[in-house]
Amino acid sequence: MTRPGGEDFSVSQGDTSNEVVLRGALTIRTVTQAKAAFDGFNPETLARINLSSVTRLDTAGAWAIVRLQNRFSEAQKPLELTGTTDKVASLLHTVAQTMPSPEKAPQSPFSFAQWLDGIGQKVFAGAMFLRALTGYLGIFLHRIGRAVRHPSEFRFTSLVHHCDEVGFKAVPIVALMAFLIGVVLAFQGSTQLRQFGAEVFVVDLIAISVLRELGILLTSIIVAGRTASAFTAAIGSMKMREEIDAMRTLGLDPAMILFVPRILALLVMLPILGLIANVAGLFGGGLMAWIDLGISPAMFMTRLVEGTSVDHVFVGLVKAPVFALIIGVVGCHAGMQVESNAESLGRMTSNAVVTAIFAVIVADAVFSIFFARIGI
Amino acid sequence: MTEREVIIRLRGIRNQFGSQVVHEDLDLDVYRGEILGVVGGSGTGKSVLLRTIAGLQKPAAGSVDVLGTDVLTADEDTRQALENRWGVMFQDGALFSSLTVRENVEVPMRAIEGLDPEIRSELADLKISMVGLQYLAGDKYPSELSGGMRKRAGLARALALDPDIVFLDEPTAGLDPIGASAFDQLIRGLSHSLGLTVFLVTHDLDTLHATCDRIAVLAERKVLVTGSMKDMLKVEHPWVHEYFHGPRARAAASEGSAEPGEKGN
Repeated sequence: MTRPGGEDFSVSQGDTSNEVVLRGALTIRTVTQAKAAFDGFNPETLARINLSSVTRLDTAGAWAIVRLQNRFSEAQKPLELTGTTDKVASLLHTVAQTMPSPEKAPQSPFSFAQWLDGIGQKVFAGAMFLRALTGYLGIFLHRIGRAVRHPSEFRFTSLVHHCDEVGFKAVPIVALMAFLIGVVLAFQGSTQLRQFGAEVFVVDLIAISVLRELGILLTSIIVAGRTASAFTAAIGSMKMREEIDAMRTLGLDPAMILFVPRILALLVMLPILGLIANVAGLFGGGLMAWIDLGISPAMFMTRLVEGTSVDHVFVGLVKAPVFALIIGVVGCHAGMQVESNAESLGRMTSNAVVTAIFAVIVADAVFSIFFARIGI
Repeated sequence: MTEREVIIRLRGIRNQFGSQVVHEDLDLDVYRGEILGVVGGSGTGKSVLLRTIAGLQKPAAGSVDVLGTDVLTADEDTRQALENRWGVMFQDGALFSSLTVRENVEVPMRAIEGLDPEIRSELADLKISMVGLQYLAGDKYPSELSGGMRKRAGLARALALDPDIVFLDEPTAGLDPIGASAFDQLIRGLSHSLGLTVFLVTHDLDTLHATCDRIAVLAERKVLVTGSMKDMLKVEHPWVHEYFHGPRARAAASEGSAEPGEKGN
């Protein structure tokens, strides 16, 4: 057997002028060379090909020969093959039988109307997505109402489990993140404010930005990344394995069992996490102010209580339930969109995180404008 | 029977996962050009055996000889050359989901030096057509295909380099009876026209009847018996007897005898 890579193929003149002899291995390794040689053959001057010296022929070689034969047939000059063994003939026959006939998929040319249509479809899909999210919010509220009327249907154990998952287990990461944000704010703020001799205002800077915006916003972003993806993955894998359908056939309501405990857990835990983030952020800022600017903890406390209205805490935490609803609804909705293949699970999980973070930031912007308008 | 070339030779194979021994002292010969069907109850390690031969699972003991090369001790280059001479079709095709069917079939061909990309793409089209798929299926992604089409596309990829041996893992599982018998015929036809040796793992009695030249039964951690369908009917072992004499086996057998031309070609 010839070693792969060391195969030779050559074409030589036969006994008569209208015959060529192929020699060596005509395989996928030599087919590029063979095709180039075959393309040079002229139907007018060639009538026979002798294959008796071909040592190996595979489907790639057979393809090149059949292709050549077809070209000759089109020119009304059939090509005769000589020296074929039974095996070679059977291979050539099989390849000739299954020779693909290229067909083009119908493709309409690019047009302005098409482009417009594409944009329209995207806008429509976006609107439908918002509608679907609103629908899920409606389902959640309806099931909450139902749970109030029929408390026995409510899964309290599940709620506790999810509170532990989304809330308690997120405390370390949220606290550390907020602490570091406080440190960064104090450090950056002090560098800038020192130029005006207004170092002491760093307390106001930290307090307002952490309490009002950063504490809850960054907590929500972390929770969106952690929890929205977990919701989508959990619900999505159940959807993928038809567990959701099984629930329905058993008379169980997936919304009541899967959505309500998850979204409710977020609704309960996110304000608490936000509060923890606020405390950790102030602690980090205070520590850095003490180290870097020499503002003692007592002075920090005094300045904090005197200079910062408690409104800021209220403005920050009032956003938490809204963010919780957004994260929970987006996560559950994405989970229910998973189809029966694994790729869609991965795609929907990353979609859920991106959508949840984006929606949280948009909602935060809306809140900012709202509070600025009413003057809090 | 005249002496035939042994293309796969297994000797004393032992496979175990933890303390659970799947194969013990297992011997098996596969001859060139035949279609060997491997059957066995669930958990007897049919797929493990296939994976062992294809080099995906290293046995705890024993030797695996494929095309005269010891798979277990061969160096990297020899193994590479050997891998080009066999193709594996996994249960659900195992197509790369980010590539179209044509690109999937082209993947093994990319290893060939100096192969013109245009020719490569046309050869992929030929393989796609050989396994009975439409030309336009080549542009589709695996997720857009039905289960039967994915299996066919998986077979096309396994055949990309004209291997001497193809391993098929449950080729007809999950197909409807029409699709399954079409696939049986496809395997038989390709094996005949391309001179393939086929090692197939199956549960499907119809496939055994319609395609296999020889059957190997896995039981009690080894290859219990090998032989033709007729030989199998005479085996006394309770599991083998149950398998080939059960109600499903009788149905498949009566169907098989109604179409005697099927086995003759």
